[in-house]
Amino acid sequence: MALDSKVPQGPIKDKWTDYKNHIDLVNPANKRNIDVIVVGTGLAGGSASATLAELGYNVKAFAYQDSPRRAHSIAAQGGINAAKNYQGDGDSTYRLFYDTVKGGDYRSREANVYRLAEVSANIIDQCVAQGVPFARDYGGLLDNRSFGGVLVSRTFYAKGQTGQQLLLGAYSAMNRQIARGKIEMFNRHEMLDVVVVDGKARGIIARNLITGEIERHSAHAVVIASGGYGNVFFLSTNAMGSNVSAGWKIHKKGAYFANPCYTQIHPTCIPRSGDYQSKLTLMSESLRNDGRIWVPKKMEDVLAIREGKKKPVDLSEDERDYYLERRYPAFGNLVPRDVASRAAKERCDAGFGVNATGEAVYLDFASAIERYGKEQAKIQNITNPSKEKIYELGQAIVEAKYGNLFQMYEKIVDQNPYETPMMIYPAVHYTMGGVWVDYNLMTTIPGCYCIGEANFSDHGANRLGASALMQGLADGYFVLPYTIGDYLSDDIRTGKISTDTPEFEAAEKEVTERINFFVNNKGTKSVDYFHKRLGKVMWDKVGMSRNAKGLEEAMAEIKAIREEFWKEVSVPGTANEMNPELEKAGRVADFLELGELFAKDALMRSESCGGHFREESAELDGPQKGEAKRNDEEFAFVAAWEYKGEPADAVLHKEELEFKDIELKQRSYK
Amino acid sequence: MNLTLKIWRQADSSSKGQMVDYKVTEISEHMSFLEMMDVLNEQLVNSGEEPVAFDHDCREGICGMCSMYINGEAHGPDRGVTTCQLHMRMFKDGDTITIEPFRAAAFPVIKDLVVDRTSFERIQQAGGYISVNTSGNTQDANSIPISKHAADEAMDAATCIGCGACVATCKNSSAMLFVGAKVSQYALLPQGQVEAADRVQNMVAQMDLEGFGNCTNTGACEVECPKGISLDNIARMNRELMKAAVK
Repeated sequence: MALDSKVPQGPIKDKWTDYKNHIDLVNPANKRNIDVIVVGTGLAGGSASATLAELGYNVKAFAYQDSPRRAHSIAAQGGINAAKNYQGDGDSTYRLFYDTVKGGDYRSREANVYRLAEVSANIIDQCVAQGVPFARDYGGLLDNRSFGGVLVSRTFYAKGQTGQQLLLGAYSAMNRQIARGKIEMFNRHEMLDVVVVDGKARGIIARNLITGEIERHSAHAVVIASGGYGNVFFLSTNAMGSNVSAGWKIHKKGAYFANPCYTQIHPTCIPRSGDYQSKLTLMSESLRNDGRIWVPKKMEDVLAIREGKKKPVDLSEDERDYYLERRYPAFGNLVPRDVASRAAKERCDAGFGVNATGEAVYLDFASAIERYGKEQAKIQNITNPSKEKIYELGQAIVEAKYGNLFQMYEKIVDQNPYETPMMIYPAVHYTMGGVWVDYNLMTTIPGCYCIGEANFSDHGANRLGASALMQGLADGYFVLPYTIGDYLSDDIRTGKISTDTPEFEAAEKEVTERINFFVNNKGTKSVDYFHKRLGKVMWDKVGMSRNAKGLEEAMAEIKAIREEFWKEVSVPGTANEMNPELEKAGRVADFLELGELFAKDALMRSESCGGHFREESAELDGPQKGEAKRNDEEFAFVAAWEYKGEPADAVLHKEELEFKDIELKQRSYK
Repeated sequence: MNLTLKIWRQADSSSKGQMVDYKVTEISEHMSFLEMMDVLNEQLVNSGEEPVAFDHDCREGICGMCSMYINGEAHGPDRGVTTCQLHMRMFKDGDTITIEPFRAAAFPVIKDLVVDRTSFERIQQAGGYISVNTSGNTQDANSIPISKHAADEAMDAATCIGCGACVATCKNSSAMLFVGAKVSQYALLPQGQVEAADRVQNMVAQMDLEGFGNCTNTGACEVECPKGISLDNIARMNRELMKAAVK
């Protein structure tokens, strides 16, 4: 099947408006006869469910958690971008579009990104109307902050809990529709397959996670909003339950999976402390505004610190290597996420990691405390302030800015970051890749849509800070509710979809057989045992920096782990009860397939771009020596993979990316 | 460190439960409490026993999924944290730790340490929203200035993660802190004024219907709240309820 992105004709700034003016609509009376299933209730799924219900469709929403409010969008800290230009600093729809395409290293679809920038301002209006308590200045107007990789202040925020507040906004909109009966909410339910009837997505098979009952649900369209697949690495900043299964199930039924290798490894996370570690905690990128990143220059200092004979504060300025400032004098500690992460890995691989695992660098606030302290002394007219006074004044400023993050760090690590530098290390955070969708956000299965982090469309090979929340809400509030109407307008005479058909029967049988296999297998190893092994292969060979040899090995190793998993996995308990191990088994089984496709995609893409760094594709000389080298001639395309059984047999389809409105340039942060 | 765990085991909502003793060894003080539970469960799976079911998801203190009543305190002995943020350095080698589900009539046990908190959902559905449709035509976000003080106070109330520690802690199983926080968030914002009277009346009526108890001002909920939601929110809710009654 040839890939048709269905991008409308015309100038980029008119595409979305023209498109909306010409699509087919469903009249309000007919919407009542149409059902839509939404899987996942984060920012994308929650906002889509609420909006579709407001329009009059009958929505069935599914979440594996006990409430839509617990979806992992809740954990997003920093903020949400919008081209409001409230600061009058020259921001515009075009600039947000440009920054997002450039930040994505020119691997996203222009028309989708422009539309995202276009609706961004509506999101802020909508959320304020819902009662989202964004931060405000003393005049009562909305405040903004700045994020990495851009030159304007366009990020709206609610303390360090922006994701939480936006999700609670979408959740409140859902609650209003649940109360009206327009959304039927299925908490503690997991989608286990999509049902395709006559080539169209017409329902899902779901498991009630409390009773274990397998249920059939039909609808005229199915929307997947199940988030990212970072947990393929076992350790990530994702929630424990975050999984790829919904996306993977539709992939196996015909939806192409795009750019699986594009993963964002976030530079500022709390390092791993031991093998028992279950997840990693992110510290907001905003910390890099004031923190300086370093490791010791001399190996003897590294060893002394690890043995506890020296403390980081004992090292003088010239015994420290501020490696980001050294390598990237123009952007320094504020280089984009991918660059900062790779630089930390480079130092740690060279042996300069500062904790017992050798995987940590310092993020030091001493300079900021001193700078703010002196500034405050001046403001408060204190002449000849003592060192202690400067420290005290400076600490108060840093506390006001980052207090909650410092407290979180202290709770986890048991060290006071005001007195000793924080330790950080990169961790898997966000997946730019995902299910391929066209301009309508429809997958290659007619009637099956994919929105939010679960799709591939807007961030290219690298996502800028504060753009994930923007995309989730743009898709759910302002894009999907229009585009899905165009498709559903053909369904006004279809009537209720029956679940009593051979297609539902077959899908249910397949799901039940798999569950029965797990509970009857009585193997020798736990699900986590396999998940951890998969994660280690992914991190070592498909992580921050990749080469052909490692990727080939990874594909073989993941296949071997998968085969062993299907022989040896042990799932206690039964199918007809709440059984968390059974849930995990199904998710890990899918990760074991996705992981191999992920490595295959990374192997095929023998260029470096964004979060994907291929060691064979680096600048060999000149001022950019050692930096990522993109190859636009051969790789300016979206890699959409078609399922053919074994992941290794997946077939590549290319969607060529055209850049009509932006000139392709090398990203330089030197 | 080596620990003895006394854990509530209950097969499902209709079965009778009981406390069961387990031993775990070589627990690192750097582990989180839930990572210690992971160690126990791995041990149980490897010996063919059913692991202990407990709710958890984000493991960074924001989703509100994790619960557990540890040594008689919701979210355990530390302050300002959820169970997933509680670390084993709060315990000593040789300790016996008692782990129970959140207990309240309105939170029936589903299995082991997992409880049903959908009563909270129904309270939110009764009025925890502002009636505004998505249109792209709402007024500009800056058209109504909101004082920084009010916005900050609304934010403090909106920080509630809906975990239910307040209910589990309260001797009356009252949900007043939870409901008060939502009512307050909207009461403090101009956007929330139009529906204020109906909202507070409907939410409180649903709260009563769900079987939550009354508030007797012991303040235990505020102490145990992982997000530091203030008792002021309960006072504000009562004020709003009074205002609605005389309208």
